[in-house]
Amino acid sequence: MVIKCEEVWRDVSNYLDGEVEPGLRLAIEEHIRGCSRCAAVVNGTRNIVQLYGEQRMLDVPVGFSRRLHQRLESNVSASRRTFLGWMVAAAAGGLVFGSFELASSSALTSPRLRSEHAQASNRVPPDMTVIVSERGKVFHVAGCPFIHGKSNLLTISARDAEREGYAPCVRCMKKYLDVSG
Amino acid sequence: MAAGLEPLDNPAQRHYEQGLIERVRNGEHEAFYHLIRPYERRLYAAAFVILRNEADAEDCVQEAVLKAFKYIHQFRAEAKFSTWLIQITVNEARMRRRRDHDDILEPIENRKEEEGSYTPRDFADWREIPSEALERQEVREKLGEALRSLGQIYREVFVLRDMEQLSIEETAKALGISTASVKTRLLRARLMLRDLLTPGLGGPWSSRISFAKGEKPW
Repeated sequence: MVIKCEEVWRDVSNYLDGEVEPGLRLAIEEHIRGCSRCAAVVNGTRNIVQLYGEQRMLDVPVGFSRRLHQRLESNVSASRRTFLGWMVAAAAGGLVFGSFELASSSALTSPRLRSEHAQASNRVPPDMTVIVSERGKVFHVAGCPFIHGKSNLLTISARDAEREGYAPCVRCMKKYLDVSG
Repeated sequence: MAAGLEPLDNPAQRHYEQGLIERVRNGEHEAFYHLIRPYERRLYAAAFVILRNEADAEDCVQEAVLKAFKYIHQFRAEAKFSTWLIQITVNEARMRRRRDHDDILEPIENRKEEEGSYTPRDFADWREIPSEALERQEVREKLGEALRSLGQIYREVFVLRDMEQLSIEETAKALGISTASVKTRLLRARLMLRDLLTPGLGGPWSSRISFAKGEKPW
């Protein structure tokens, strides 16, 4: 089977993945033996695929795994606490009011986070000046490169940020979140 | 990542995962961490390629994993757990991108599938770039730059297939597109990267950097 350059270009990707019929594979190999341009296309593309395959350009950030584990743990234990809280309240009073009161007091002491699963912290100095964006969920130190919505930034205290339900940025507030070090 | 944590795509691995899933469903929540651990890197890569920001990608993976935990009872054994996880992550990332970054979405023409055949550039004097070149920072930067310059639809497919080594079918499921689309986009992505990198790596920019220092390019 004799094929044109255009057919080689059309199937170079499938050829490299071993996804062409044996007849077409042989035809491509025959073609590139006599065509330096197509040989450069096939071998150059293979080279690029190999390089990116070996390259770890997208390695996870340092501490990624531990933070993921912590968030999972805090989420799972939070759902357990909710259940436990309900059980305690129900057992103590046997009354609907009992569980309502427990829920209310808990809401007063720990504000609802803007992000359902954000990691809260009680280790950030309350008087520290932090940056929040009105539509954001996270508070940052000034100059943090991960601040979003840069046109609507506010400077407030960490105490007020936490009261408003903002969670600390996992990057710039890292030292206040690394409980396990 | 330690070698022992790399995902294994074989029946024994699937059996092991199924056992862990059952344990999670029976209330042994800690087993979930072992279930997702081998796929953390893939999930991060999938989120990053869509969101293009480390902090957003990390937060996205955390949310996606929590959703997977919440809906683990909906997972069907005939599906592949890793693909299901990546699907959830891709959906979460796309939702965030729509919600948070409407203003910086790529122009519509960049997102549209490009029709017609692609003519690769003629580099008959092409030279192979050896793996050792990856040790050089400027080579890695050049690869990253070329990848970022691709349109979103090509970048997604290329990262999942060629960097995270998903199969064509898994890539299609994870992105919610047909296998034919994966193949078309992959072809285009690979050829575009080759066109972007071959002249640079073999010629002008490497010569400028390396020969100026009296070194060989690789």
